[in-house]
Amino acid sequence: MIHFVLLVSRQGKVRLTKWYSPYTQKERSKVIRELSGVILNRGPKLCNFVEWRGYKVVYKRYASLYFCMCIDAEDNELEVLEIIHHYVEILDRYFGSVCELDLIFHFHKAYYILDELLIAGELQESSKKTVARIISAQDQMVEAAKEEAGSISYIIAQTT
Amino acid sequence: MNPFSSSTRLRDMIRSIRACKTAAEERGVVRKECADIRASINENDPHDRHRNLAKLMFIHMLGYPTHFGQMECLKLIASPGFPEKRIGYLGLMLLLDERQEVLMLVTNSLKQDLNHTNQYVVGLALCALGNICSAEMARDLAPEVERLIQFRDPNIRKKAALCSTRIVRKVPDLAENFINAASSLLKEKHHGVLITGVQLCYELCTINDEALEFFRKKCTEGLIKTLRDITNSAYQPEYDVAGITDPFLHIRLLKVLRVLGHGDANASDLMTDILAQVATKTESNKNAGNAILYECVETIMAIEDTSSLRVLAINILGRFLSNRDNNIRYVALNMLMKAIAFDDQAVQRHRVTILECVKDPDASIRKRALELVSLLVNENNVKQLTKELIDYLEISDEDFKEDLSAKICSIVEKFSPEKIWYIDQMLKVLSEAGKFVKDDVWHALIVVISNASELHGYTVRALYKAVLTYSEQETLVRVAIWCIGEYGDLLVNNVGMLGIEDPITVTECDAVDVVEDAITRHNSDMTTKAMALVALLKLSSRFPSISERIKDVILKQKGSLLLEMQQRAIEFNSIVERHKNIRSSLVERMPVLDEATFNVRRAGSLPASVSTMAKPSVSIPNGVSAAPLVDLLDLGSDDILAAPSSSSGADFLQDLLSVDLGSSSAQSGATPAPKAGTDLLLDILSIGTPSPAQNSTSAIDLLSTADMNNNSSTALDALSSSAPPHIATTASAGGMFDLLDGLSPSPSKEATNGPAYPPIVAYESSSLKIEFTFSKPSGNPQTTNVEATFINLSPDTFTDFVFQAAVPKFLQLHLDPASSNTLPASGGKVTQNLRVTNSQHGKKSLVMRMRIGYKVNGKDVLEEGQINNFPRGL
Repeated sequence: MIHFVLLVSRQGKVRLTKWYSPYTQKERSKVIRELSGVILNRGPKLCNFVEWRGYKVVYKRYASLYFCMCIDAEDNELEVLEIIHHYVEILDRYFGSVCELDLIFHFHKAYYILDELLIAGELQESSKKTVARIISAQDQMVEAAKEEAGSISYIIAQTT
Repeated sequence: MNPFSSSTRLRDMIRSIRACKTAAEERGVVRKECADIRASINENDPHDRHRNLAKLMFIHMLGYPTHFGQMECLKLIASPGFPEKRIGYLGLMLLLDERQEVLMLVTNSLKQDLNHTNQYVVGLALCALGNICSAEMARDLAPEVERLIQFRDPNIRKKAALCSTRIVRKVPDLAENFINAASSLLKEKHHGVLITGVQLCYELCTINDEALEFFRKKCTEGLIKTLRDITNSAYQPEYDVAGITDPFLHIRLLKVLRVLGHGDANASDLMTDILAQVATKTESNKNAGNAILYECVETIMAIEDTSSLRVLAINILGRFLSNRDNNIRYVALNMLMKAIAFDDQAVQRHRVTILECVKDPDASIRKRALELVSLLVNENNVKQLTKELIDYLEISDEDFKEDLSAKICSIVEKFSPEKIWYIDQMLKVLSEAGKFVKDDVWHALIVVISNASELHGYTVRALYKAVLTYSEQETLVRVAIWCIGEYGDLLVNNVGMLGIEDPITVTECDAVDVVEDAITRHNSDMTTKAMALVALLKLSSRFPSISERIKDVILKQKGSLLLEMQQRAIEFNSIVERHKNIRSSLVERMPVLDEATFNVRRAGSLPASVSTMAKPSVSIPNGVSAAPLVDLLDLGSDDILAAPSSSSGADFLQDLLSVDLGSSSAQSGATPAPKAGTDLLLDILSIGTPSPAQNSTSAIDLLSTADMNNNSSTALDALSSSAPPHIATTASAGGMFDLLDGLSPSPSKEATNGPAYPPIVAYESSSLKIEFTFSKPSGNPQTTNVEATFINLSPDTFTDFVFQAAVPKFLQLHLDPASSNTLPASGGKVTQNLRVTNSQHGKKSLVMRMRIGYKVNGKDVLEEGQINNFPRGL
């Protein structure tokens, strides 16, 4: 099971966190600090796994972003690498060659997509097309609601 | 929403936060935004909620507190529109976790949304429930989720399936309810539903035996067919990853087959063919294919014996191990650890490659490889493997030396074929990584050296040579000065030369130089200095010709800032100066240390209950503490240590040390008379034929001095924290038993009686320390007797001392009265017995909350704490 998902920039800024196991706010920031310290300092050619507190953290770097997922010691690390790649590909299709700025200004979209991919720390969908379809259906519902509410909700849309 | 609202838009807020140059500036912006959001929340304007929550989530991600926004999530979830619900649920999952009470309030909204007519709203609710539901919510909403597993839309079915996995993880009792629903999902064609259905099925099988039986009987063949279909399926662009159709589904199917096949020969038999097919046909040039192979190997190793498959699996691992991709090598090492269990030989074949991995630049791979190597070691290859590892120790990274040296030591201790080899290897480790070596390891080395009498000369010369080169390795220095102290004469006279040795010339001065170097070096710690001091005293007798010089070195420690050192320096000086005639018998070579006792000690509880804090020793009126000195002199020889146990022996020592012992009559009497006393005692202890009357009195004496022995070992620990004192205490305790019942039980008997629980420090503040020691009454595993020792660390006396404790419902606690309600200043002790009965023995471990009240200088002090560090299994 995936215990949490973490997106950290090369500067150590958190871009996304998703917790599937209970961690208090304090523990969360401690975990983030500890892990980004370990992962950001690892050399480029080393393996993508770090053993940490009896768990394994699988990470992969895409441009300036590190995608990290924490799994149980007996889970399949290679598969988690595929899941990370799967997520990145979906993001890439959704934003059209995704970059860090997309994930900063549209962070909620990144979360929506992740929620269509993982639930309870387990993979939910292996088809990128299906995820894209469900996300766009929901986006359309939001658009429709905005139009209904007229000019006022247009302003809400601007905010998000 | 008010278009003229003063609040900024989300995008603008993100921009202004990103524009901040310093952390302080960023905090300022966030503070201002938070203030605006709070104000807006108070106005309770529904139009701003959406934006406020989005901002809060961003602020939350930066690590600022956002609890004040939690209620906004609930309001948004309760509102009718889809956009509000969408962001509301996102906020709920981000800002809250399952332990917050607020979460309970959302249960009702969730229930409504699970029955919503819009399937996307149902999807949102399922997702939130699956990600953060607590056990209570799981119970409340399980029927809804169970119903949704049969929903018409596959998007909802798959979400409901994963939500169910969370529910059964939280509340395993509910597993039965989901068995039928889960089995219906296994027949699906939709990959998403199939993946989640298989996952749910796997979860149920691991939680519930009934479910496991059910799926094994009804679904094994179906699952095998699904796996076969997917493996043989034609190219499907939607699910294709690097030429493989849906590796995620592959992996989940292999995983569930693993639990179905484990422990069931029939089911294992059924899946043999397909596993062989997956293992041979899967492309291994891409990560996705390797992930499947990896899962397949794991399944092959878990199911019932099909040896041909296992050969296949081991071959795959061998290929993995020689792969150039670090990830693949890492998982190979991981799997080989499991493979050792059934095919040690096959793994041994890869030994050379694995050893190479220990030297990998990647820390993760090194760690795995080291674990694996330590499993590979046996009597036949220990010499070769250890040599490789020690060679690498010389060049490895500093931060890896600690792990590596610990592993080498444990390998050497476990498999050493002969003592000389053991000593050689340990010397090498100490020389290369002495500062990382744990205390018990070098203690064990000293015990072994002491037992290998034919190697004493060889060892001390080897140590002498090593310490000249590696004088910065603290533990090496300690072992070396101990040996030089004991066997210094063998060092200078080249006694007991072995054929393999090169002769060396060491003068007495050279030997003393080493010890002096250790004692004067500024970064030597207390233990090393204390050991050096004792070594010097011993050398003063071994090398009478330079005893003047030794005396000078000892005298320099008179100015030591450490009280113990200072005191010992003065005492030793007086021994060297004035008591030449008894010195040689005082500092005789230590008797052989008892290996068995040491090992039992070490295995039982490593830190014996003595504290390692430097405390002033027992003070005897004339300022000389007899017992610690004796300990120091012989570092735990059992029979000499017994000497001070009798009052005459102790007097003798006090006499010996007291400054105005004076006149010739005393002097002349001092030598023979006390000697006789000691001898007598030695006789009593070792030969054990005393007259009855003598027996009883000495027994009492011994009993009363048993405490004193403990104290002395505390003091000695402060000085040297070395192993010998522990041995000394048991050994003398053994002697005491001898006297008491004449049965001569071995000292180890006490220690091996039932599982030993290490004592813990339950609580420590600046003024008070509480230690717990545990024992179990025989035949009643639920009950634990706890002896609590309260130690006053402050310079003031505590009066009206009261200890109160509270435990959860599954425990019962009985408190006996404390031994006193006054704790004398600086180290004063009070003990109290507690009896704890654990009704959930084996499931839950002990916890305790406690409150301590006392008066210091008439002022009430209250200290509270929680004890969570009880040993497991109490």
